[in-house]
Amino acid sequence: MWSYLLRNLLQRLLLLVLISFLAHAVVHLAPGEPSEVDPSNPRMKPEDIARIRAAFHLDEPLHLQYLYWLRDLVTGELKSFKDSQPVLPKIWRRFLNSLPLFLCATLIVWSLSFPTGIHAAIRRGSLYDRTTTVLAYAFISIPGFFLSYLVILWVVHTLNVPVIGMQTFGMENAQPFYRWMDRLWHLVIPSFMSAIAGIAVLSRYVRSQMLEVIGQDYIRTARAKGLPEETVMYRHALRNALLPFVTMFGFLLPALIGGSVIFEQIFAWPGLGRLGYEAILARDFPVILTLNFIAAALTLAGTFLSDILYAVVDPRIRLQ
Amino acid sequence: MNEQPTGHPLLEVRGLKKYFPLRSGLFSRVSAWIKAVDDVSFDVYPGETLGLVGESGCGKTTVGRSILRLIEPTAGEIRFAGMDVRRLDSTQLRWLRRQMQIIFQDPYSSLNPRMTVGAIIGEALYVHGLARGQELDRRVQELLAQVGLSPSYRSRYPHEFSGGQRQRIGIARALALQPRFLVCDEPVSALDVSIQAQILNLLQDLQQELGLSYLFISHDLNVVEHIADRVAVMYLGKLVEMAPVDELFRNPLHPYTQALMSANPVPDPTIRTRRIVLAGDVPSPVQPPAGCPFHPRCPQVMARCKTIAPPLVRSGHGKDEHVVWCHLYGTAESETASSPSLSSWSSTAGDSGAAFLQGR
Repeated sequence: MWSYLLRNLLQRLLLLVLISFLAHAVVHLAPGEPSEVDPSNPRMKPEDIARIRAAFHLDEPLHLQYLYWLRDLVTGELKSFKDSQPVLPKIWRRFLNSLPLFLCATLIVWSLSFPTGIHAAIRRGSLYDRTTTVLAYAFISIPGFFLSYLVILWVVHTLNVPVIGMQTFGMENAQPFYRWMDRLWHLVIPSFMSAIAGIAVLSRYVRSQMLEVIGQDYIRTARAKGLPEETVMYRHALRNALLPFVTMFGFLLPALIGGSVIFEQIFAWPGLGRLGYEAILARDFPVILTLNFIAAALTLAGTFLSDILYAVVDPRIRLQ
Repeated sequence: MNEQPTGHPLLEVRGLKKYFPLRSGLFSRVSAWIKAVDDVSFDVYPGETLGLVGESGCGKTTVGRSILRLIEPTAGEIRFAGMDVRRLDSTQLRWLRRQMQIIFQDPYSSLNPRMTVGAIIGEALYVHGLARGQELDRRVQELLAQVGLSPSYRSRYPHEFSGGQRQRIGIARALALQPRFLVCDEPVSALDVSIQAQILNLLQDLQQELGLSYLFISHDLNVVEHIADRVAVMYLGKLVEMAPVDELFRNPLHPYTQALMSANPVPDPTIRTRRIVLAGDVPSPVQPPAGCPFHPRCPQVMARCKTIAPPLVRSGHGKDEHVVWCHLYGTAESETASSPSLSSWSSTAGDSGAAFLQGR
């Protein structure tokens, strides 16, 4: 078991290096580079461009550039092309902004979609089931950004309260209580809007998973034992239906980064998603590559985690 | 195999029907009914095994599950030890579960993969409040030993066992509540032939040891001949013939039974049997043929088979009775295959076993 885990971990480390190398190559192959972001600037002379290229090692072979990036990343010396700020603290600050949004949205998704899906499965074909089905497909079909703009318009027009950004402009010096309430209010709409599609999709998954398990023979066995229906549903059916969702816990980790590029853009939320978006526009290679690296690391860690979780919850996998 | 049981049947089934709705269209309206089980009546006596045979889709399993109310019957009467099973409320139904259990066909899917063997077997004991803690553990070990498994297996999971072992677990699970009656729904069909014999012998041993009654559902005539005391033959949701096992195999009366018998392989290459090959397929249970359900395929079909439901013809009494629903054997009788209502039964009558056959 332990040797399996260790081997698995080493494989993933190797994979991470490979991914970062490939990502580096892909980013550099893409058209455009930092020196060409602002070609119409009259003060940008050819020798300036040459100086920029030299400073960022852009004239050297690709593999050397990769090694420079890796060295700077490991030593913490990595700086943004755009503003010469150290990359890691920059990402960390943005991450702290994104985290509350991510946590709220995830909490909303998981806590709403499970009861919805389970209830729909148990009462299959009922009015409740059909209503949630229609709503789910509606929310999957309507683009989130479109719905978000409608909600913003409606809230701003009818309630006359600001909804953009992390806090109301000018509230920085207010009393802590008001400041907190203000930030909380700013969190409500973005997290709900980014959760809606998730609720719709996940509740469908839960419902179909639950229905599949309810149709299994061992559920009939449980009924034949004379168990009360709740025991049959929650002890036998639900436990087995939850199994596939354990893997989803693993996929939550990479969603921490760039989880909601679109919603951070719409709500002017200074989070990681927007950082990545801006970095791409500015061809800020160190930031792009580092974000990509962290996302890859989190994905690998997430799948590793869900492998372990799977073994914990499913006795059939444990021994193999 | 058993001494001839006399007296009351343990289980009486009268006019059992189960129709499944066939929905279609935008508003899923019921457009037709699948008559999975259509007017089936039989008795099971204490300590005996009634074999229920028929081809796939004839409604055998539906009969078995309806008796336990794992699916709700559409109509008919089911009496178990004098109790009207269809009128039990949920509390009484739990009482019924302690009296009647079922062994399922597929030992792979009928055990919850995430529970240990001990939990699977012991759960019913716990839920019915029959055993807790150490007592529960002791009972589980006893049950495992009873079905020929090591008591140490109780902490393992179902996937660690072979098909035969899993079926033993299923049997131990069914025996946990000490039932008097077991529905065996094709308990050996999913198993190797070599394992089948072991499980059949186990079932026979348990029957003698515990005085169980079985309704043994199978499509394998050899298995039924081996284990059953009496056999009922089903076709398209209806019974066509019912007789003691020796009588039925020696002297099958219904043309369908005769065809089944002729299709049954005999493990002796020197014996040449006259094979009766039936033409056509089994008709749809959505629109079963009028008259006798077998008439479109019957080699001895007559004009009245196509319009008039076949009469019930019987000889003998109680357990020795040979019943057949066929025009070939009863011409003038006005009696039809339909059953008398519950009111004509008498659970105190000494010979109520044949009551429905002595209808008038």
